[in-house]
Amino acid sequence: MRRLFLSSLSWTYLVGAYAFIFLPVVVLVLFSFQDGRLPVPPFNGFSKQWYEAVFADRKLMAALGNSLLVALASSIVACLLGFLAAYGLARYRLPASALQRGLLIAPMTVSYLIIALGLLAVLNALNVPLSLMTVGIGHVVINLPLCFAIIYASMGDHHINIERAARDLGANDFKVMVLVTAPMLMPSILAAFFLSVTFSWDEFIIAFLLSRFDVTLPVEIWSMLRSGLNPKTNAVGSLVFLVSVALLLILELFLFGRTRKQ
Amino acid sequence: MTVITLEDVDRRRAWGFVAPALLWIIAFFVAPFVFMAAMSLWKREGREIVRVWSLDNYLRFFSESAFLKGLTNSVEITLTVTVLSVLLAYPLAWIIAERVPRRFQRMALILAILPFWTSYVVRSYSWLLVLSKNGVINQALMGLGVVAEPIEIASTRSATVLGFVHFFVMLLTLTIYSNLIQLSPNYRRAAADLGANAFQTFWHVVLPLTLPGIMTGAFLTFVLCIGDYVTPQILGGNNELVLPQIIMLQLGRRADFPMAAALSIILMLVVTLAYVLCARWLKIERA
Amino acid sequence: MTAPVSIENVTKTFGGFTALDNVTLDIRAGEFIVLLGPSGCGKTTLLSILGGFLSPSAGRIVIGGRDMTYVPPAKRPTTTMFQDYALFPHMRLVDNVGFGLRMRGLAKVERNEKALGFLELVGLKASAGKRPHELSGGQRQRVALARALAVDPDVLLLDEPLGALDLKLRRQMQDELKAIQKRVGTTFVHVTHDQEEAMAIADRIVVMNQGRIEDFGPPSEVYMRPRSLFSAGFMGEVNFVPGRIREADGRSAQVETSLGDIALPAANFPAAAPNAGDAITLTIRPEHFRTSDRTDGPLIALGDARVVGSAFFGTHYRCHLEPQGAADRTLVAHLPQSADVGEGEIIPLAVRAADVVALPPASGNA
Repeated sequence: MRRLFLSSLSWTYLVGAYAFIFLPVVVLVLFSFQDGRLPVPPFNGFSKQWYEAVFADRKLMAALGNSLLVALASSIVACLLGFLAAYGLARYRLPASALQRGLLIAPMTVSYLIIALGLLAVLNALNVPLSLMTVGIGHVVINLPLCFAIIYASMGDHHINIERAARDLGANDFKVMVLVTAPMLMPSILAAFFLSVTFSWDEFIIAFLLSRFDVTLPVEIWSMLRSGLNPKTNAVGSLVFLVSVALLLILELFLFGRTRKQ
Repeated sequence: MTVITLEDVDRRRAWGFVAPALLWIIAFFVAPFVFMAAMSLWKREGREIVRVWSLDNYLRFFSESAFLKGLTNSVEITLTVTVLSVLLAYPLAWIIAERVPRRFQRMALILAILPFWTSYVVRSYSWLLVLSKNGVINQALMGLGVVAEPIEIASTRSATVLGFVHFFVMLLTLTIYSNLIQLSPNYRRAAADLGANAFQTFWHVVLPLTLPGIMTGAFLTFVLCIGDYVTPQILGGNNELVLPQIIMLQLGRRADFPMAAALSIILMLVVTLAYVLCARWLKIERA
Repeated sequence: MTAPVSIENVTKTFGGFTALDNVTLDIRAGEFIVLLGPSGCGKTTLLSILGGFLSPSAGRIVIGGRDMTYVPPAKRPTTTMFQDYALFPHMRLVDNVGFGLRMRGLAKVERNEKALGFLELVGLKASAGKRPHELSGGQRQRVALARALAVDPDVLLLDEPLGALDLKLRRQMQDELKAIQKRVGTTFVHVTHDQEEAMAIADRIVVMNQGRIEDFGPPSEVYMRPRSLFSAGFMGEVNFVPGRIREADGRSAQVETSLGDIALPAANFPAAAPNAGDAITLTIRPEHFRTSDRTDGPLIALGDARVVGSAFFGTHYRCHLEPQGAADRTLVAHLPQSADVGEGEIIPLAVRAADVVALPPASGNA
């Protein structure tokens, strides 16, 4: 009897939690199809008009392209630098390596707002114009610690002998990295990359403060919010959600699924 | 003559690997931060920044109630959010780890954090749809006859807290779940074997063993929450400003960069204090 | 193909810890050398120095007549076979074995042909397309061997290669390893802590302890004529009987012990010539005890002993004995299957003079 009670309590909690977690998303997606000007009840019927409006919006589409560009470029740089640093720190005994590790992950503990402010102050002082490039630089600062931490964590000591063997058989550092280390760590490198892409893709405050004429999607959506509740915003939000979930599913199915089998 | 050993050669090469990342962090994170710290000691006069060293900005912070109120708002909201999120997320993570059958667990987890991947700005906006005067909740309440007039939920502190909790419950469920699942079932078997009941096992064995994971998650929640501008700006409105909102105000309307810098440093100090308080539970280690 | 190796006065310190203490060793070309010792004795450090993964704090490494002390691993005529095999998990076996050849710029066709040849040598040609995770432990070990041999090293360094295998497979792989070494003629330097393995494969065994070489020689010599108490104890079960040299001349010595006086030829003192008055420890292997009714040579009687425990081991009885003259100490003796002794029985004990080795007593650490 008590078991049954506990069990039903668990399931009730589970359902309640899922309801809470999904409530805003369901409302968002549902009212993106609203046939009317307000994305609030009552639901007037299905309409694709707001999606059409999104795809017809040149500014939104440009922001989408900018977001992709910044996300991909900054993630590639962050992954590359993070991988190299992880390799150096995991494989060699360096003086003050704890300090170096600490420095590399330090930006993780600082609010994006402060990182953005600092960069903005310096860029202003040096008269560097704000652009997508400056946004990208900021995104590398926030993603590099993440990439470093993920890749560093996956560099187990059991890999050391494998790399030694490669070196012993005549491979130089570059070849060891390209032919042995990187392929061995590919799952975590890809995980770091995709995580960086989603973080950069979604990041608002740095993109907001460090861009001027060309803006990324979150910044563009932000400026749409000034017009209040609008089904078009719902439509953009739903699309972004869809893309992220698709990315996540790809990651889950092809990457984590495969490594778990091995 | 100095003998160059293999380790020395290795060391020089190792610097080559680490240097690019370190230089990036130093050039675009450490240096800007130091510059900002310096700037917090300068002053704005008119539209100009005057490079005279003084503590004026910090003195202003402690003498103007608007600033102090921002700090207390920030800390209160963040602590509320952190505690609520942990309390809500732990049972969820526990149910997924213990009650959901093994082969569905991964799916249950992915489902539980799926809305995590909505755009950050959009997520707060979605809550606005739910909470606004003519939003889902008010219409539902009025439809059921619970209230006659729409109640004010959006643009309050509660709305900010709700939006934050929604986000961090997902994050914490993930971290706590991964901690629970890593526990060897033998701990629980040993405890049961020695006569502990389910609650005693949880209280004396499972909870202490998952505490480091909880603290890491809670710290992450604290850092992300106290530094966020988007959620309070969209959901909380302009009634009870938090520090990041006040910082953005200095930047925008008043173009007072030194004051914004001083406020940022204060924000940093609060985070550092939180870090010091739970440092002994936080560890980032290589597997 | 093969080369001699000279280790000259090599010392290695890590901070304050001395891992190798002035080690000197000459290895002949084509020899199968086993470095034997407990964990922490320095054997793996020595192997790493030979392979070029560590450089010594002092001393020199000469391989094939050339100074290799500070030459990186890739440029040495050595390859290492690692304890965990260190196979590249993402490559097929043929690519694993062909990796070293690829680094040497060999074209794919030629490389694959050679790699297949080496896979054939270890009996895994049919699995060339598989990946390491599809193999058993023994098979992985063979692939690692093939990969190390494929680049035709002068010296192959093996770091406890059989450590991860179960006992039966380990014994089988020992024979294979020995046979392959004979075929290729490469100098093998093999690290292990298993003295049975060492005796099964080594031409010569190097017994190491606390960073120093305790003993060095063919297995039979190290076992029968150990040069230190540590070596005697590490190579197999042994009884230590303390004594004092009563008198000594150039040819023999009289040793007084709790088991009575024992006369030993000078040849039984491998560490140092006997001097009257010196304290000495006699080592007697359990299988060297004779019950004195069996005579196969001149025996030294050790008095009577009481059997306090006995267990049948298949090839022999392992008995705990209490000598009547010294009831405070126990001896371990291996008695033949036919002995059939019961607990409590009193048996006469004897040993051949040639089987007793007299060594200086432990200087604090053994």
